[in-house]
Amino acid sequence: MNVFFFKLAFLFYFLAALVYLGYIVFFKDSLNRTGTAIVTAGFVSHCLALLTRYVEAGHTPVTNLYESLSFFAWMIVGILLVNQWKYKIRALGAFLAPIALTLMLFALALPKEIVPLAPVLKSFWHPFHVFFAFLGNAIFTVAFCCGVMYLVQENQLKSKKIGAITKRLPSLKVLDDMNYHALKFGFPLLTLGIITGAIWGEYAWGRYWGWDPKETWSLITWLFYAALLHQRLTVGWRGRKAAIMAIVGFLAVLFTFLGVNLLLPGLHTYVNW
Amino acid sequence: MEIIVVGLNHKTAPIEIRECLAFPDERIEEALGQVKSLASVKENMILSTCNRVEIYAVARVPEKAVADLKHFLSDYHRLPLKEFERSLYAQSGEEAVRHVFRVASSLDSMVVGEPQISGQIKSAYEVSTQANTSGLVLHRLLHRAFHVAKRVRTETQIGNSPVSVSSVAVDLAKKIFETLEEKTVLLIGAGEMCELAAQHLVAGGVRKVLVSNRTYDRAAGLAHQFKGEAIPFEEMSVGLRRADIVISATESPQYLIEHEQVAKVMKDRKQKPIFFIDIADPRDIEPKVEDIENVYLYNIDDLQRVTDENIRDREKEAKKAESIVQDEVVKFVNWYRSLDITPTIVALRKKFEDIRKKELEKTFAIHPNLSEKERKSLEALTSSIINKILHDPVTFMKRADEEMMTDLYIDTLRTLFQLPSDEGEGSSGKGEEKPEDEKKEERVTPNDLA
Repeated sequence: MNVFFFKLAFLFYFLAALVYLGYIVFFKDSLNRTGTAIVTAGFVSHCLALLTRYVEAGHTPVTNLYESLSFFAWMIVGILLVNQWKYKIRALGAFLAPIALTLMLFALALPKEIVPLAPVLKSFWHPFHVFFAFLGNAIFTVAFCCGVMYLVQENQLKSKKIGAITKRLPSLKVLDDMNYHALKFGFPLLTLGIITGAIWGEYAWGRYWGWDPKETWSLITWLFYAALLHQRLTVGWRGRKAAIMAIVGFLAVLFTFLGVNLLLPGLHTYVNW
Repeated sequence: MEIIVVGLNHKTAPIEIRECLAFPDERIEEALGQVKSLASVKENMILSTCNRVEIYAVARVPEKAVADLKHFLSDYHRLPLKEFERSLYAQSGEEAVRHVFRVASSLDSMVVGEPQISGQIKSAYEVSTQANTSGLVLHRLLHRAFHVAKRVRTETQIGNSPVSVSSVAVDLAKKIFETLEEKTVLLIGAGEMCELAAQHLVAGGVRKVLVSNRTYDRAAGLAHQFKGEAIPFEEMSVGLRRADIVISATESPQYLIEHEQVAKVMKDRKQKPIFFIDIADPRDIEPKVEDIENVYLYNIDDLQRVTDENIRDREKEAKKAESIVQDEVVKFVNWYRSLDITPTIVALRKKFEDIRKKELEKTFAIHPNLSEKERKSLEALTSSIINKILHDPVTFMKRADEEMMTDLYIDTLRTLFQLPSDEGEGSSGKGEEKPEDEKKEERVTPNDLA
């Protein structure tokens, strides 16, 4: 049942990504609205997928790579919906929907059977750790998209090529504000993710911190964002520099999430995928 | 009966003549009444803006009506016709319909795609309905014109990019700052150019105007005008620290703002973005300034180039719009032609005849053993009934035709009996498409005829 809903959500995201890209190309508001309607349907289906899996497995479904990818995509789509209602950066759909779709596609290729929970994962703290970490990651994904848009828009304005692209992307101010906004929300969440992770580590392995590759890389990511936040507040790093940092930061996030699992063996490596 | 347009616009007449022929708002109703009293004119409305003066009319005899309207313009404005006749254009039929559609969708405007005209034509139409000088044909014509304007607006990008240097500058500022509200502008120089630019930005929402000029008194004067603040020329850096947008238009032979100075200011500003607009010739701002991060510099040539590109884009979109107009002109003319009396009577007879034949066939099928004679007499009976029924309406229509009053009856007849128009498109079909228009037309027109 959960896999059915997952596949349904995938289908909706696929359609939504096409429609959002169509919005960017044809620049018609109706397409943006249609895309949001489709992505909402996909999100509902995805919620059902997570819920049914939770019921069928008897534990929060964030215990292997398939589940993590699906959860990450779910969070990104959730944030996309928040944007469509609150911030209304219209071009964002054409970025976030394809990213969510890519994560889903990756998940689709992985084994989806429910396996018994490994003893170390049986913890009160584990779901919290995953929740905070992924919500933070999803917000950093938004910062990444805004960073890319900022660089493109700035390049257009600096090189004085004012045309179709300028018209479709938001103003520099909106993009830079969003970057800062994402940092303000994302950084505390990442911090919480690391703290809850450490507490869980204390219960699971009897130590708060053990320089496992995952832990090391999340610390690197955390330090990176801390530096950006600091520069932003004190020296007024904004605009181009902040945009580049948001892009590099996202690459660090991606490496911490995927690269470490796939390349560096450690405690977070999911043996069963 | 024909739709005609008589008038002049910014392309055919200089401003002096347009001014002389313009109708002040408060006197339009009176003028409409005078036009209506002309025997050759059945319906009319007057569109008078600063770029055009036009009379749209439905004429009983087109050539006569055109001449009458020209004389009306001359008499009304007490201006000899020969002084402006060369500027006048007169169109009728399909050309007139196309003209009205093009005006309404801003294709005939001085700045193609500018939005004001659609509001102006709407209120001109409203005045004519109030004055009861527009009837069935003008109602339909104008409602279609508004529909065309809406299609052009939504289906093309015609009004989407700014096509004047100052609006391009405002547009760019919005792409940097999102909004002009709460922004501070620094004017360097106190000449007319700066004043104009400042007016534009203040209208766009700029909060504070700073002025710096080599002669402090002139800066103070201009600053006063915008409730702003004058800044001594030597303390320009203070102004640069505070401003978001800097407009420079002095006659200084050398650069007033240099790379080093701006780089330093940016540090003090904590990298807050700044937008320089250099409209001076020779330039006031060192071009290298734009290499600094969060600094945007456009000079007058840059702005002009963007403006030109936008104008080219708009022309491309205007081509799309023209084909929408053409499409709608064809539809309208189909409806309009169906208001002729002869095809209507033919269609009415055909409809009755078809019904008669079908019903007879049914009867013959039920009673197969009717004799030839009985059949003949049934045929004769039904034919005679139809002719008797149609006699009065057809006679009435023919008489009404001589008095040029048929359009309402024909339209009603076609709607009541669902008669198709010549082109195979239901004339009443358009009524179904826009039921409100139809109702309105029927409601207003009887007054017009009274």
